[in-house]
Amino acid sequence: MQEVVNKTTVEKRILAPRDSRKTIGTIHVSKPRMVCRNVNVYYGDKQAIRNVSIDIGCNEVLAMIGPSGCGKSTFLRCLNRMNDTIDSCWVTGEILFDDKNIYDPSIDVVPLRAQVGMVFQKPNPFPKSIYENIAWAPKIHGIVESKSDADEIVETSLLKAGLWEEVKDRLDQPGTGLSGGQQQRLCIARAIAVSPEVILMDEPCSALDPIATAKIEDLIEELKTQYTIAIVTHSMQQASRVSQRTAFFHLGDLIEVGMTKDIFTKPSHQLTEDYITGRYG
Amino acid sequence: MSPLLLLLSLLVLSVAGFLIGQRKALNLAGSVGGTSRLHSLPVYYGALTALWCCLPAFFMFLIWLGFEQSIITALMVADLPDEVRALPPARLNVLINDIRSLASGNIVSGEITPLMRNAAAQYISLKGIGQMITSVIVLVAAVAGVLLVHRRIKPELRARNQVENVVMGLLVVCSTIAIFTTIGIVLSILYEAVRFFQQIPVTDFLFGLEWSPQMAIREDQVGSSGAFGAVPVFAGTILISAIAMFVAAPIGLMSAIFLSEYADRRLRAVAKPLLEILAGIPTVVYGFFAALVVAPMIRNSGAQLGIDVSSESALAAGLVMGVMIIPFVSSLSDDVINAVPQTLRDGAYSVGATRSETIMHVLIPAALPGIVGGLLLAVSRAIGETMIVVMAAGLSANLTANPLQAVTTVTVQIVTLLVGDQEFDSPKTLAAFALGLVLFFGTLFLNVIALTVVRKYRERYE
Repeated sequence: MQEVVNKTTVEKRILAPRDSRKTIGTIHVSKPRMVCRNVNVYYGDKQAIRNVSIDIGCNEVLAMIGPSGCGKSTFLRCLNRMNDTIDSCWVTGEILFDDKNIYDPSIDVVPLRAQVGMVFQKPNPFPKSIYENIAWAPKIHGIVESKSDADEIVETSLLKAGLWEEVKDRLDQPGTGLSGGQQQRLCIARAIAVSPEVILMDEPCSALDPIATAKIEDLIEELKTQYTIAIVTHSMQQASRVSQRTAFFHLGDLIEVGMTKDIFTKPSHQLTEDYITGRYG
Repeated sequence: MSPLLLLLSLLVLSVAGFLIGQRKALNLAGSVGGTSRLHSLPVYYGALTALWCCLPAFFMFLIWLGFEQSIITALMVADLPDEVRALPPARLNVLINDIRSLASGNIVSGEITPLMRNAAAQYISLKGIGQMITSVIVLVAAVAGVLLVHRRIKPELRARNQVENVVMGLLVVCSTIAIFTTIGIVLSILYEAVRFFQQIPVTDFLFGLEWSPQMAIREDQVGSSGAFGAVPVFAGTILISAIAMFVAAPIGLMSAIFLSEYADRRLRAVAKPLLEILAGIPTVVYGFFAALVVAPMIRNSGAQLGIDVSSESALAAGLVMGVMIIPFVSSLSDDVINAVPQTLRDGAYSVGATRSETIMHVLIPAALPGIVGGLLLAVSRAIGETMIVVMAAGLSANLTANPLQAVTTVTVQIVTLLVGDQEFDSPKTLAAFALGLVLFFGTLFLNVIALTVVRKYRERYE
C-alpha cells in the first residue's frame, strides 16, 4: 500500500513534455566525486527531470533548492538508485561514480548504496535497538567480523553524528524511542557506519524543531571534511548556511548552479532571484 | 393484536412521530426566523420524537415477551384443581407441557382429558387477555412518548445531543451482545460439563490414557467399557494441528513475502485473490481430497519405502489442513507486511541491504505482532477443524506421536458423541461438553499468549 501512496504523491509533480531549459552557471568543479550528464527521469511516460548535468565535488556540500515538485528529490534519489524501488520510474543519461555509470547493468546496486548513503526527510530508524540500528549495515556488508569491531563502529559512528554522549548508556534501547532530532542523527550515524563517500540528505531537518535543526547543521559542517554531501532543502537560510554550491531546480530543469554566496547575493536567472527573494514558490 | 401487527403499528407510529416532531420544529423555525435559530436541525427533533415513541414502547414489549409464558402458566396452574397441583413436580411438568401443546395445536403425549381441555382453553384466553393488555400498554406508551416530546420541542431543546446519546447507547448495547453471548456459551457448556464431572472424576478425564466413550446399555454388551481418558484425543488434536502449522506457517509466510515484496502489482492483483479462493473451498471438499487422494498416496509411497502406513493417517489430515489454512497465514501476513512504512524499506535499501536482508531483519521484525496474530488465528482454525479429520484421520483414539497412524481430535469426538439420538444423563453424551470446555480454555489460552506477544513487541517497535 505504502508504495502506491508514494506513487500518487510522486505523480503530482509530473510535468507535461517539453524541451529542457539551459542551465546558467558552472556545472563543473575541479575535483568531482560524482558527474551527472544529461540525466532524464521518467515516471511512466511523464518526465520529471529534464537533461540535468552537474558535478558534485569532493568534500563539498551541494544544496539543491527549488519549489515543491521541481524534481530535486527525484534527482537526489537517482544518485544512489533509490528510484529503483518505484516500478514505473526509469532513468536515461549518465551518472558517473568512480568513472563508471551507476545505471550500467554491470553495476551492483548494493555496494553502490553502501558508498552513497542516504538520510531521509522523516527519521526512519529500524525497529531495533540503537546499537543494532548502526551495527546492522556493517554486519550485512561483512565490514565487521567480531563483537569488538562492531562496538568500535557503533561508537565512532555515534561520535561522528554527535549522539554518543546522549545514548551511550542506553544502546540496547529501541531507536524509535529517541526524540525526532536524535532519531535523525541516529539515521546519519547509520549512514556513516558503512563508511560511505557521499551522503545524500533529503530535507533532513523538515521534521525537526529549530534546536535539533541547528545540531544537524553543525553536524553537516563537520561531516563535509570527510564526506561529499548533497542536500535537498526548502530552507534558503539552511542552504546558505551549510552549502558551498547551490543548484536551483524549477519544473524538472536545472535552472542555475553556482557558488552559494553568488547565488544568494547576485543570482543570474530571474526565476532564481524570484525564488530566493520569496516572490515565487 | 398479534405481536407482529403490534410491531408494525409501532413502526407506523414512529414514522408519524418523526413527521410530527419535524413539522413542529419547522413551524417553530418559521416563527423565530429560520432553522438557524433552532438549536438543532429539524430532522433531529423528528428523530428525537420517533425515538421516544418507539424505544420505551419496544422495551415494554420485550419485557412482556420475556415473561409472558411464565406468568400465564402460573395463572393457569393456580386455577387447576388442588389434587392436580399436588402431583409430584415431574408429572406436573408433563401435564403443563401437554396443556401448552394442546393450546398451540401440537401433538400431546397422552390421552386428552376434559381437565386438560379446560385448562388449555383457559390458557388460550389468558394469552389473549395478556396480548390485549400488552398492546394497549405499548401503544399508549408510544403515543405518550410522542406527546411528551412534542410538548418539549422548543428552539433551545438540544435534540441533536440527545439523539447522539441514544445512538451511543445503541452502539454500547451492540458491543455488549458479543460479550454476553460468550458468557452464555461458557455457562451452558460449564453446566453440562459439571454434570459430567459428577459422574467421571476430573483427574480420570484429564489424565486418563484410554478413550472409549461407548457405555454398556446392557450388562452383557461387549467392548463398551466407557473409559473417558481424554489424553489421546488431545494428543491427536495437537499432532494434527502441529502438522498443519508445519505446512501452513512457512508456505503461507513465504507466499506473503513474495506477494508483498517481490511480485509486481499486476501479478499480485491476480495471485492474491486466487490464493484466497483456497479459503473459500468448503472443508468437506478438502475432506474428500484428503481421504481419496492424499491418504492413499501417503499409504502407497509408505508401502514402497517399506513403512507401514494406516489408510487413515494423521499425516494426510494434517497436510490437507495445512493447505487449507495457508490463505489465513498468507493473507494476514501480507497485509501486515504491506502496512510496514515505505520509509523503513527506504532506510534499509539506502544502507545497501538486499531485498531478502531487508525482509528478514527489518520488515519481519516490524510486522511480527501481526504475523504472530495471523499464525495463532490459523492455529485456532486448525484446532477447531472437524470435517477433514473425520474423513481422513479416522475415529480411533490412538495415543501416538507417529503421524502415520490414525488419530482422532477433540472436535471429531464432540461430533460423534452428539450425533443422533442421545440421552442427556449419560456420561457418553456429557463428555462432549467436557471436551468442549477444555477446547474453549485451550483456545482462550492461545489467545492470551497471542495478545501478550503482540503487546510485548508493540512496546518494543512502535
